[in-house]
Amino acid sequence: MRVLIRGAGVAGLTVAHELAILGIDVTIAESAAQPGGGASWFAGGMLAPWCERESAPETVVRLGQGAADWWDAALPGHVVRRGTLVVSPPRDTAELTRFAARTSTFDWLDSEEIELLESDLTGRFRKGLFFRNEAHLDPRRAITGLYGRLAAMGVIFHFGAAPDFPVDGFDHIVDCTGASAIGTSAGLRGVRGEMLVLETPDVTLSRPVRLLHPRIPLYIVPRGDGRFMVGATMIESNDRGPISARSLMELLNAAYALHPAFGEARVIETGAGVRPSYPDNLPRFSTDDGIIRVNGLYRHGFLLAPSLAQDVAAHILSNSKTNATRPATPFDPVPAVNRRYEDPMGASR
Amino acid sequence: MLELYGTSVSSRLLLGTARYPSPAILADAVRASKTDIVTVSLRRETAGSRTGGAFFELIRTLGVRVLPNTAGCHTVSEAVLTAKMAREVFATDWIKLEVIGNHDTLQPDVFALVEAARILSSEGFKVFPYTTDDLVVAERLLEAGCQVLMPWCAPIGSAMGPVNLPALRSMRASFPDVPLIVDAGIGRPSHAATVMELGFDAVLLNTAVAGAADPAAMAAAFTGAIEAGRTAFHAGMLEPRDMAAPSTPVIGKAVFS
Repeated sequence: MRVLIRGAGVAGLTVAHELAILGIDVTIAESAAQPGGGASWFAGGMLAPWCERESAPETVVRLGQGAADWWDAALPGHVVRRGTLVVSPPRDTAELTRFAARTSTFDWLDSEEIELLESDLTGRFRKGLFFRNEAHLDPRRAITGLYGRLAAMGVIFHFGAAPDFPVDGFDHIVDCTGASAIGTSAGLRGVRGEMLVLETPDVTLSRPVRLLHPRIPLYIVPRGDGRFMVGATMIESNDRGPISARSLMELLNAAYALHPAFGEARVIETGAGVRPSYPDNLPRFSTDDGIIRVNGLYRHGFLLAPSLAQDVAAHILSNSKTNATRPATPFDPVPAVNRRYEDPMGASR
Repeated sequence: MLELYGTSVSSRLLLGTARYPSPAILADAVRASKTDIVTVSLRRETAGSRTGGAFFELIRTLGVRVLPNTAGCHTVSEAVLTAKMAREVFATDWIKLEVIGNHDTLQPDVFALVEAARILSSEGFKVFPYTTDDLVVAERLLEAGCQVLMPWCAPIGSAMGPVNLPALRSMRASFPDVPLIVDAGIGRPSHAATVMELGFDAVLLNTAVAGAADPAAMAAAFTGAIEAGRTAFHAGMLEPRDMAAPSTPVIGKAVFS
C-alpha cells in the first residue's frame, strides 16, 4: 500500500509515523521548505490534558493523556515529565479557585511547596496548583527529530511541493495541511496565536508555569539554555502577520509579573501562527472525494495528534482489508451530511 | 415589549460572544438564552484587522441581531474608527460604545464617551453607551443623541453584582422613559433578578455565562432570573419591614401574651 500525506506539520508527521511503523510506503508532500512550517512551529509543546480541561471538554483529557507515552516511544529523550505549575498573582486568587473547580488530578501548593518545585519563584506566590502527571517537549526539536526518524525509516519527503503534487499510484491521500485548508474544509477557522522567546541567565524554571490572570492568562515553557517560550494569545483571526504591539506588551507584562528578572531578558524571537480549529475546537478526520482530511487540532497539536494519527491509521488499515472490524473511536468519520461541524449553527439557520 | 431605537425585542437579555470555550458552545448558549441580541467585539477578536471572517460568519449564522461593540478602545478616535469598521462588517448602525479610561477597573472614560457618542450620533449611529451610574453623565449622553443608556453595576467581569443599589434606583427614577440596560458586573442570576426588580429594562452579560462550567445551562438560568425580576417589578413587591406581619389571622387570640 502507498499513502500520500500532504503537510509535514505535527499532524502529517504523526500520521506518517503510525503508517510507517506498519511497513506502509509513505510519501509526504510539504509546500514549505522544511517540516513544521505551520502552527506546529509556534506551539508550546505542553502535554497538559488536565490543565486544558479548564476550557476543553473531557474528550481532550481522555485522548490526550497517552500523548507523553507516545512521544516518549516515538522519540526517546524528548519528553520532560515534571508536571505543570499553575499560579496567580495574590489579587487574582479567584482565578486559581476557578481553575481548580474546572480541573482535576492536581495538588494545592502553599508557598513553601512552590519553592521546593521552582526555587526561583520563592516568596512570589502564596498558592498554586501542581499537575504532576503532565509533561512537555520542545516542539521544534520534536518536529525535526520525527522528520529524521521517518526519513531513516524510508518515508520519502518532497519539500516545496506544489498543491497539484501528482497523486497517481497512491492508494490513499491524507490531507494534513492544517490552517492552509481554511476555506476548503467546511467549518474550519483560524485562531491566531502569538508568542515570543526570551533569553536570560537569571531565571531557572524546570517545568511549564501557567500564570492565571483574568485578561491575560499566559504560560512560560523552559526550553533550556536560558530560553523561555512565552505564549500565547487566542484571537479569532486567520492573520499570520507579525505580533501586535498590544499582544507583545501583554505577554511581556505577564512574564514580568511571574518574575521581575524577565524584565532584563532579551527578546530573541516573536512569532504568530494560526491554529486550525473546528467550531467545537476538537480535531477530527473525515473522508470525501477519496481524500482523508485530518484537521482541527486547535491548540492541542502535540497533545492530540498521536491519538488522532492512530485512528487515521486504523481507518486506512480497515478500509484496505475486507471484513476488518475495529472499535468505534471518537474520530470516526461520519457521513458529511450528518457532521455537526459542517453546520455548527445549523439549528438556528 | 422592550423597544430599542424603534426596534422591538422580546428577550431582555443581551449576550456577549467573547471568551467561550468554543464557538459551538457559544452557539449553544445563545440558543439556550433565547436572546435576540448578541454583542461582538471587533477589536478584541480580530487584532484590529478585518480578517476575523470565519468567526463573524459563525456569529451571522446565529440568526440574532448583532450589536457590535468598541471594547478595548481607549480614545475617542479609536472608538469612532472601530464603530465605522463595525458598521461595514455587520451592516448595522447599532453600536455599543465603550471607551475605557482605566486599565484595572475597565471604568469608562465618561468624558471621551460623551464626545464619541456625539460624533457617532451625528453620523447616524444608534449609540448604546457603556457608562457609569452617574446621573450627570447620563444627561450628557442623552443630549449627545443617545436614546438608550447602559450603566455598569460593578466593574466588567468582576461578578460582584450591584454594588450601589441607591445609585441604580435613582437612575431609574431620573430617567423613567429611557431604556436602561445594566451592562457590566453581573455575576449570578440573582444579581440580574435584583436589577430587573428595580425596573431596569434589560441586562447585558458575557463573562458570567462564558466563564461558567456549563455556559448553555447558565444562559438559561439567567433568562429565567431576568424574566422573574421583570415580572416581579410589574407585580408590585412588598417593602421590607422590621416587624413580623402574620400571614394568618390573629383575631380571637390574646394580643398581650
